[in-house]
Amino acid sequence: MALLEIQGLKTHFKTEDGWLHAVDGVDIAIDRGETVGIVGESGCGKSVTAKTVLKLIDMPPGKIVAGKVLWKGRDLVPLPPEAMQKIRAKEISIIFQEPMTSLNPVYRVGEQIAESLRLHEGLSRKDALDRAVEMLKLVRIPTPERRVNDYPHQFSGGMRQRVMIAIALACKPQLVIADEPTTALDVTIQAQILDLLGRLKDEMGMAVMLITHAMGVVAEVAQRVVVMYAGKVVEEAPVRELFAHPRHPYTQGLIHSIPRIDLDARHKVRLEAIPGTVPKLIDPPEGCRFAARCKHVRTECRQATPPLREVASGHRVACILDLPT
Amino acid sequence: MAGSTPASATASPLGKPAASASLWAESWLRFKRHRLAYLSLWVLGLLVLAVLLGPFVYKVGINDIDFKARLAPPSWQHPMGTDDLGRDLLARALYGGRISLAVGFASMVVAILVGVTIGAIAGISRGWVDAVLMWVTDLFLSLPQLPMLLVLIFFFRDGLKAIVGPEVGIFLLIVLVIGGFRWMPAARLVRAQFFSLREKEFVEAARALGASTQRQVARHILPNALGPVIVAATIDVAAAIILESTLSFLGLGFPPDIPTWGRILFDAKDYLDIAMHWSLFPGLAIFITVLSISFIGDGLRDALDPRRVM
Amino acid sequence: MSVPPLLQVKGLKKHFPIRGGLLRRVVDHVHAVDGVSFELAAGETLGVVGESGCGKSTTGRCVLRLIEPTAGEVLFEGRDVGAMGPQELRGLARDMQIIFQDPFASLNPRMTVAAIVGEGLVIHKLADGPRAIEERVVQLLETVGLSSDHMRRYPHEFSGGQRQRIGIARALAVNPKLVVCDEAVSALDVSIQAQVINLLEDLREQFNLTYIFIAHDLSVVEHISHRVAVMYLGRIVEVAPSRDLYTSPRHPYTEALLSAVPIPDPTVARKRIVLEGDVPSPIHPPKGCHFHPRCPRAQAQCKTDAPVLRELAPGHVAACHFPN
Repeated sequence: MALLEIQGLKTHFKTEDGWLHAVDGVDIAIDRGETVGIVGESGCGKSVTAKTVLKLIDMPPGKIVAGKVLWKGRDLVPLPPEAMQKIRAKEISIIFQEPMTSLNPVYRVGEQIAESLRLHEGLSRKDALDRAVEMLKLVRIPTPERRVNDYPHQFSGGMRQRVMIAIALACKPQLVIADEPTTALDVTIQAQILDLLGRLKDEMGMAVMLITHAMGVVAEVAQRVVVMYAGKVVEEAPVRELFAHPRHPYTQGLIHSIPRIDLDARHKVRLEAIPGTVPKLIDPPEGCRFAARCKHVRTECRQATPPLREVASGHRVACILDLPT
Repeated sequence: MAGSTPASATASPLGKPAASASLWAESWLRFKRHRLAYLSLWVLGLLVLAVLLGPFVYKVGINDIDFKARLAPPSWQHPMGTDDLGRDLLARALYGGRISLAVGFASMVVAILVGVTIGAIAGISRGWVDAVLMWVTDLFLSLPQLPMLLVLIFFFRDGLKAIVGPEVGIFLLIVLVIGGFRWMPAARLVRAQFFSLREKEFVEAARALGASTQRQVARHILPNALGPVIVAATIDVAAAIILESTLSFLGLGFPPDIPTWGRILFDAKDYLDIAMHWSLFPGLAIFITVLSISFIGDGLRDALDPRRVM
Repeated sequence: MSVPPLLQVKGLKKHFPIRGGLLRRVVDHVHAVDGVSFELAAGETLGVVGESGCGKSTTGRCVLRLIEPTAGEVLFEGRDVGAMGPQELRGLARDMQIIFQDPFASLNPRMTVAAIVGEGLVIHKLADGPRAIEERVVQLLETVGLSSDHMRRYPHEFSGGQRQRIGIARALAVNPKLVVCDEAVSALDVSIQAQVINLLEDLREQFNLTYIFIAHDLSVVEHISHRVAVMYLGRIVEVAPSRDLYTSPRHPYTEALLSAVPIPDPTVARKRIVLEGDVPSPIHPPKGCHFHPRCPRAQAQCKTDAPVLRELAPGHVAACHFPN
C-alpha cells in the first residue's frame, strides 16, 4: 500500500469570474522513502495539490470538489481540523518557498522548532529546546547552542531555509512536502540545501514530495517525476525514463526549451519554444488542455480529455498519440 | 524574423470582448458590488439634486413669516413643520443644504489641492525640502483645530465682510479655514505614496526613456498615488460639513439669517421639548449626508484596493 | 583601423550610504559595486552573472546613469556619460535602454499599451503627430510578436511573457544601440523564457543590438552571450568568451558556481563543489580578495592582497592569486 495516494483530486477556487479549476483530477502515489518530483510551470496546480494534502488551502474560496487523499489508507479529505492537526508536522510536514516570510519574526528560532515538539510529543519546554539544538546541528548550522536563541532576521536566506527544514523534521515525519524549497535561493546556496536534503533523506528515510518548476533540480533529486499542466497530470515516469524518453508533447517541449550548457555544440542551437500561453482555468474547455499549443494536435484531441495510459513500465502519459521521443 | 515568435498561437489571445477594461472602469465595477456604498451614492445624489433643484420646485420663501403657524409640526402645508417665526422648515433646509454641501465640497477641494501639492513636492524631493515641509505639516497637525478656527473667524470675519460682502466673505473664510486645517492627512498620504512609487520599476523605466521629473510625476506617479487620496477626500467632505454645522451651532458661522443646517439647529436648541421637529430634520439631514459619504468612502477604499491595482 | 568599443567602463564604484543615529549621519556604506571595468564592442552580448548582492544590477543601472556612480568612468562611443548634463543625458536615452526583471512592476498599470510603447516616441519627438505615433507603435508591437489588437489594453490583462514583450517594444521604440537586459527572463516560466530569449536573439540580428545581459541563470547566459563576466561582491572575478568560461573556468568561484547549476539530465554524475557559508554582506566585505573566506584554495596572501584581473589566456581574464 502506498504511503500517500492522491486519487482524482479536484480543488477549485471561487472567483469573481467563476470557478477556477486549479487542480482538476490528479492521481499521485508516493511510497515509503520515495522522492517524487512534481514539476510544472506556474498555474499548473502543483502547489495547490501539495497544500490540499495538508488542507492548508483557505476554504472558502477554495473547495475540494472531488477526490481522496489517502494517507496510509485513511482519507484525509473528510477529516475534521482537530484530526488534521495531529497529522500535520507529526506525520506529514511541509517546507515552504519563501524562507524570508515563513518564519515568525517575533519568536526565537529555537522556540519555533520546539513548538511542534511540545505539541505532538508533549515535551517540556527545556527538553524541546534541547531537541531544537540537536535539530540545528542536524541541518548543519554552526554553533547551534547559541543560534537557537536568535531571531529569524539574524539568519541569511539559506540559513533560514535550514531552520525551516529543522522545523519540518523535528517530529520525524514520514513524508516531507517541499514546495519550491530552493527557488528563492542563490545557486550556490541551493546546492547546499539540495545536498542537505539528500543527506537527511538518506539518514532519516522519509518520503519527499518535491514541488518545483526547475527540471534540473528534479533530475538531480527525484526518483520519480510527475509532470503537471493546467491542473492535470500529463506524464509520470521514473526520472531517467522521463528525460530519456519523454512522451507527452508538453514534456518534450519543456525539456527542449531549457537552455543547456552545451559544450560540444559547434554553434548555438535555437531554443525550441512552446508557442502560446497557459489556458485560463476558469470553466476550462473540453478536451486536452494542451491542444492549443501542441504542434501535433488532431481533431480528436479537442473532443475528450485523454486519460493517463501506461506506455512502459511505470511510465504513464495522458496523450492519445504515440509520439517518437 | 522576429515576428516568427508569436506571443500566442490562438486567434484570440486574451479571450475578452473588444471593449478594454481600464483600471478605473474595473474599480467602478468593484464599487458597485459594495451594496451599501452604491446605495449611499444614490442617496447622496438625490440629496444633492434636492438641494439644487428643490428651491425651484418648492417655491415657498425661506423668510416668509407666519405667526399663525408658529412651531407647527409636520403637515401637508409644511412637510417639515415651521420654526418659531412660522417659517417653513423644508424650504429653509433645502436652501441651507446648498450652503452646507457647498462648504463641504469646497473645503475638501481646498484641503486636497493643498495636501496633494505639498505631499507631492515633499515626496519627489529629498533632503531639506522634504524635512521642512514635514515640519510644517506636523506644526499644523498639532494646532488645536476648533479653537484656531474660532480665533481666525473672529479676527477675519469683519475684514472679509467689508471686502466681498457678508455671505461670500464668510463662505470664503470658512472654506479656507476648514480646508486649511484638513490638508495634512492628504499630504502625508501623497508623500508616502510618492516614496513607494518613486522606486517602482515603471517609474525607473520612464526615467530611462528620458522623461523629465515633471513628466514622471504627472504621468506616472500622481495617477497611481491618487487612490488613497480619493478615500481621504470623502472623509474630508463629511468632516467639513460637521465642522460648519458646529460653527453655525456655536453662532460663529454664517450670518444668522442664512439657514445652514447648523444654524437651524442653533435656533432650534431652545425649543427641543416643545418643537422636536425643528431640530430633528436638519439633524437627520446632517446625519444622512455624513453617513452616506462615509459608506461611499468605504466602497471607494475597497474598489481602489491596491491588492489588485498596484 | 581598430574600431573603438561602444562602451567602456573603468573603475566603476557605487557605494550606498547607510544613515543612522539621531542626526542621520552616514555611518557606513553598502559597497554594491567596488571597482568594475570592462569593454563592449558594438553587436556584442556581454553576459554578467553572479548571485544576489554581487552588484550586477547596480552596474547595469550605473551604465545608464539611472543610478549615479560614486566613482569611475563610463564612456559611450567615447563620450563621458558622467559628465553629461540633463539635455545630453536625454539624448543618451535614445542610445541606451533597459529591460527590467519584473514584468508586473515595470509597466504603469494605468497606461494603455499604446501609451507605454509610444512614450519614448513622444518624449523624443520621433514621430509627427498621433497617426505616425500609432503606426510606429503597431510596427513595434508586431516586431515583438504582439498585435495591434493589444494597443488599447492595459498591462494587467496580459501574461508575464506578454508584458515582457511590451517592455521590449518600449525599449526598442527609441532605436537604441545598447540594451541592458536586467534579469529580463528570470521571472518567466521556462517555456515562456525560451520564447523571449529567441525574440531577443532575433532582435539582436535584426537591429544589430548590443546587449548587457544580466542574469543569475548560467545556462541562459551561456546561451545568449558572446562573453561572460562573473561578479562576486561588487567585483568582476573572471571574464571570458562564454565557451571558454564554461569549459575551463579559472577562478574558484566560477568553478563552484558552474558546479552548482543543476543539470536537467539525471544520467550526468555531478561532482559538486559545495561552498561553505553564506555570501558575506557588502557592507563589510572581507579584506583582500572578497572571496577568500569561502575559497577552498585560500592562502595567507589572499587575506591581504586584492587580486587584479590578469589575462590568463587570449580574451580570458581572472582575478585570482592561484587560478586554475
